Parts: sequence; C-alpha cells; structure tokens
Amino acid sequence: MRAFMRFLILIALLLLTEGSANAARIGDVGEMDAWGQAVRFFSFQDASLRLALTGALLVGLNCGLLGGFVVVRRMALVGDMLSHAVLPGIVLGFLWTQTKDPVAILTGALLAGAAATGVSSLLARTTRLKPDAIQGLVLASFYGVGICLLGLVQNLPTGAKSGLDKFLFGQAAGLSGEDVMMMMVATGLSLVLVGWFYHDLLALSFHRGFGLTLGLRMGLLHGGIMLVTAFAIVVAMQAVGVVLVSAMLIIPAATAYLLTDRMHRLLGLSAVLGMAAAGVGAFGSFLGNNLPTGPLMVLAGAVFFAAAFLFSPRHGWVTRIVRQRRRRVRAERENTLKAMHRVLEDHGLSTEGMREGVTLKELSVQRRASLEEIEGRAKELVGAGLATVSTDGGTLFFTPAGEQRARAIVRNHRLWELYLTHAASFSPDHVHDQAEEIEHVLGEETVRQLSRRLDFPEVDPHGRPIPTVDAVHGPAGAIEKGGLGYQ
Amino acid sequence: MTSDELTPALELHDVSVSYHKKPVLYGVDVALPAGSLAGLIGPNGAGKSTLIKAAMGLLPVHSGWVKFFGEPLDRVRKRVGYVPQREEVDWDFPVSVMDVVLMGRYGHLGWLRRPGKADRRVAEESLEKVGMLPFRDRQISNLSGGQQQRVFLARALAQDSDLYLMDEPFAGVDAATEKAIITLLKEWREKGKTILVVHHDLTTARDYYDRLVLLNMRVVASGPTADVFTMELLQKTYGGRLTILSDVAAEAQRDGAGVKI
Repeated sequence: MRAFMRFLILIALLLLTEGSANAARIGDVGEMDAWGQAVRFFSFQDASLRLALTGALLVGLNCGLLGGFVVVRRMALVGDMLSHAVLPGIVLGFLWTQTKDPVAILTGALLAGAAATGVSSLLARTTRLKPDAIQGLVLASFYGVGICLLGLVQNLPTGAKSGLDKFLFGQAAGLSGEDVMMMMVATGLSLVLVGWFYHDLLALSFHRGFGLTLGLRMGLLHGGIMLVTAFAIVVAMQAVGVVLVSAMLIIPAATAYLLTDRMHRLLGLSAVLGMAAAGVGAFGSFLGNNLPTGPLMVLAGAVFFAAAFLFSPRHGWVTRIVRQRRRRVRAERENTLKAMHRVLEDHGLSTEGMREGVTLKELSVQRRASLEEIEGRAKELVGAGLATVSTDGGTLFFTPAGEQRARAIVRNHRLWELYLTHAASFSPDHVHDQAEEIEHVLGEETVRQLSRRLDFPEVDPHGRPIPTVDAVHGPAGAIEKGGLGYQ
Repeated sequence: MTSDELTPALELHDVSVSYHKKPVLYGVDVALPAGSLAGLIGPNGAGKSTLIKAAMGLLPVHSGWVKFFGEPLDRVRKRVGYVPQREEVDWDFPVSVMDVVLMGRYGHLGWLRRPGKADRRVAEESLEKVGMLPFRDRQISNLSGGQQQRVFLARALAQDSDLYLMDEPFAGVDAATEKAIITLLKEWREKGKTILVVHHDLTTARDYYDRLVLLNMRVVASGPTADVFTMELLQKTYGGRLTILSDVAAEAQRDGAGVKI
C-alpha cells in the first residue's frame, strides 16, 4: 500500500515536472530525494542514465513504428506470441556463454522466435485450429519452458547475479552500451525497411493478394518485416521485459489508430507515442529507485490511449458527447427561432417583415412548453445574439442574425417537407417529423439543390410560404437596415 | 500483329485446383481471344473465383498451365490486372481513396519504390474516369459499396493493363454504378483490352458479354454468347436448379430476345 502511495506521489511529481522543468515549489512535496533524482534525470549528466534513456527512446520508436503494421494487419496476437516465445531462447543463450553476451542472447531469442513461428504455422496447416488458439497455445508453452529454464539458471552459482530476471519486467537502468548499440542497429534496420519499402508494405498490409498479382515480392517483404519485428522485440526485452514488450507494439499503434486514418501519419504518430511512453516509463523507473521499467512504460502508453479514446478529435468519447450536446443546444435554439417565426406568421406578417415582437406567452403556447422553460430559451437566444428582449422581459425580438437563422430553418423545414411529398411520394401528414430532424442538418449546398430540383417552390405541402433565397441570404446591408427588432 | 491476334489473351490448359485436398476445378480449358469482354458464369461453388485466383497465381495449380498472351504470368505481369472481390480487403484500413488507386501503379515503381508525379496524374485521371475524383482524399471506410467498387475499378484503370480478371465487380453495387461499370468495360473492349468478369446475374449476362464461359467445376461450354447461352447448356451448368433457369427463360421470352432451346 505504501509502495502504491509512493507511486502516486511519483506520478504527481512526474506530471508537475513535465509541466515546468524548473518549478521550484515542487520541493514542498517533501520527497526531496525524488526531486533530486528528477533533477539528476533531466540534467542528463549520469552516463548510465543517458544510456537508459536512449535505450528506452529507441525501443519506443522502433516498437511504435513496427507496431503500426502489427495493428493494421491484425497481427497483435502474433506480436504477443513472439515476445513470450523468445524467453527460452534468451535463457539458453545465456547458458551457452554463461554471460549476458548480447549476441548469444539475441541469437537464442531469434531462434526461439523462429521455432515458435514454425510450430504455429505447422499447427495451422495440419489442424483445424484457428490462429488465435494456436498463438495462445504456442505463447504459453514457450513461455512456460522459458520460466522453468529461468528458474534453473537462478539456482546456478553464476545465474543468481546474472540479472536475467530483469528480462521478465525490464530494467532500463541495467542497459549496457552494447545493448543500446543493438537497439540502434534494430531501429536503424526498421527505419530503412519501412522508409524504403513503405509503399510495398502498404500493399502487403492492405491486400497481400493484390500485391502478389502486381509481382511485388510479398513473401520476402512479410519475412523482412517479421524479422525486424522479432529483432525489435528481442532488443526491447531488456528495457521492457518479456511480459509486456508486445504492449509496446500494440498500445502506441492502437492509440495512433484512434487519432488518424492515414497510414503514414499513423506510423509517425505511433513512433512518437512509443517514444513518449518509453521516456516517461524510463523516468518513472529511475525516480522509483529502479522500479521495473516495462510496466511503467506500458502504463504511460495506456494513459495516452485513454486520453485518445476520450478526446480524439473525430472519434473521442468525450468529443462525441460534447458534439452531440452542442448539436442539441443548437437544435433547441433553432426550434425557438422557428416558433417565433411561426407566431409572427400567424399575426399575418409576410416573411419579409418580422420586426414585431413575440410575447413569451405566445411562444409558450406555440412550443407547448411552460413559461419558465421559454424564459430559459429566450435567455439562450439573447446570449447567442439571435434575439433581444424588451425591458419588461415579456417580449422577444429577432436580431438580424436571428431573423435570418429563423428564415433559413423554416425554409429548410418546408423545403424538405415538399421534397418528401414530391420526390419520395410521402403523404403531407407524414413529413413533419422527418423535417423536424433534417432541418437542423441540411447544408447550404443541399438546400440550393433541393430548391432547384423542386423548381424554386413558394409554398410547402401545408400551404405555408417558403422563405425565399433572398430573404434568407439577403445582402448584409439590407438586413442591417431592416433589422428593426435589433435595438 | 497477326500472331498477336491469334494468340489468346488468356489461355488455361487442363488446369486443376484443389482446396484442402478437395478438388474444386478439374481439367479446365479456357481460351479467351484478345479484345473480348467475357463473362464467367456458374452456380455458387462452381469455382469461378478459384479459377481467377489460380490464373493469377494466388492459388497453387495442381496440374496444367496458364498463359497470358502466350507467356507465363511472370513475364507479362504489367499487362495483366486483377480486380478482387470487395470483401477481400479491410475497408477500415487507414488509407485514402487516392492511396488505394495509387496501388495500381505499384507494379511500375522504380528502385526507390516511390510513386512519382506521373503516377499520381494517372491515378487522378483514373478517378476522374469513374467519377470518384471528388472523393480522392476521403478515407475508404466512408464509401458506399458502389463507390468502393469504383475505387477498385480506378485502381485497375491506373494499372493500365491489357487484360483484366475481375471477381464479381457487380456484387452489391447500386444500379447506377452497375451501369457505369459496364459502360466502362465496353469502352475498354473498344480499346482492344480483354476482360474476364465473374458474373452472377444470368438475366444481364446475355446483354453484357460477347463471350461466356459456363463453369461448374469443369468448363461446361465456352464461346460467343449467342452460341453458349442456351437452355440446354445453362441447365447442364446449373444442374437441378431449374427455378433460376425457368425465370430466365420466362424473362427472355418476355423481352423477345429468345433463349435457344
């Protein structure tokens, strides 16, 4: 529990320091040594720290970039399988040399990854099992073997201090210069492959069969991208850990997928998000006195994902709610304007002269709403600059903008009713409710088209006049002059 | 030139294909003269898509061979275009309409593997041709079925091939798109291109194609539409499914075109 509290404080610290790197007041939190750690982190003077951060950023970049392809190709489970299946290879690589020689470990890991891929494709060919079951099975089996081997190694005299257990959850602080060099090579390879063959990879991801018919070397390309992905997973292992490395492939890419619908942007965004998550994770791990890096990176990634899920400009959950609310408010406003228009129309005024006021009482009758509610609506209109209210508060006048909006909405409504009765053969008593919905969403261009198709009609199916184009989109000057209600 | 005219644009000889050891096509022979607009028709499960995929090298051919313009596919890939079924791709994929059409140019990319200005121009012209240019920057998931099919057609157009194999381009498209597609295909034929189309609707097959291949695991008949679109051969192709046939027959009788019986 205390560890959790400490973690929360660290996160708070982290957010504060992210906001302003030299916020002096942060010392007030009282966790002086964490603050000291943070200063040490951002001064980048510590060589091992520089190494750790560089490594983490490289991992984030590489996994983010390749993860883009993993996600759009629906291969997330393959990434998961690969990342777990390399564990026995890592341990065997260690046993072979009795040291954490990166080359031996890498070779072991790649061989194990290849074996896992081989076994799963063999199972796919020879059984009726579906890919998800096969991948789950291979993942668990290889991982089980890896954990057992790891247990054995820990019992060896050389094994106890091997630091191999760091492979489970990752420890960026433990990265050596050689490890980071490997990460650079891996990231460089990915960048070259993706940069050079971006379009071929796009064809592979979108429709492999089509690429094949063009004579593109899809098999080779698939092998290539899988190989650099396996390589990325293996070198990321030290920093992120076997258990969560696949998350670094999936989470940043999944986040980017929510934010954009173009592949090249998705890849760039995913790489940046991967780096951000990895950087934050490495920092957190450093602050927390060598807390495992992997979970912190993944946690940071998950926070980014949650933010994208909630606030993505197009598909975000909160964004959608806000947008819907705005639309509802606008529709309500427009309905009130329409009611004002209707009342004035009933007074016998032509659509050209709408300068008289409408009492709130008339409006409440027209809208079948209580007077209190109408008062609220009237306030909204005044607030939006669409109407003004008399000094006694009982009468509402259009502003020029309000009058124009009211005419536009009435016009939309009546045109749509006419369109439904004419073009779609609705009977006149079936069209009102439809028009109530559509009047708020018809764009100007659509309205013009409707009007043209209906041969510039003057009355709706119920015999009421349709405000003309000029009345709605009249020259600004005319409206200024005519806007008597605007006082 | 004369040899070109005599060499079939597409020739399948004794092609057999199996799916999971279960034979789907037996000893199929097809020869398609250059410049023909041909329909490949047959009941569900007859192996129409399989035939096209096998010809394009997407499925292993068990026996026999396929030649395009008298050559194996690898030697003439740029002259052969494939239009897959719409369902084969993920329409939520993060690409724009333009990106997809540009893929038609991928067979022409240089060592830098980048489509250039000329490729973009070709893609734009292709989009214009199918009436989809205003949609060029749209993400593909926002398209209707008919629009998706038009995008595939624009991509095929951008490929600039001499022979096209199309898998059900009329499936799930609106009437306007169907008409636009067949007009375009006829235009291609006038330009000397050869087209083989997997087709489902017997009622339109006779009007659309100048040649037909009737397939039901074997080629039942293949030749000019007038010779092949007969009650007897259709019955042979569709087996016991007489309802479809009698519908077609009745319809043919009505509009006086007359199916030869």
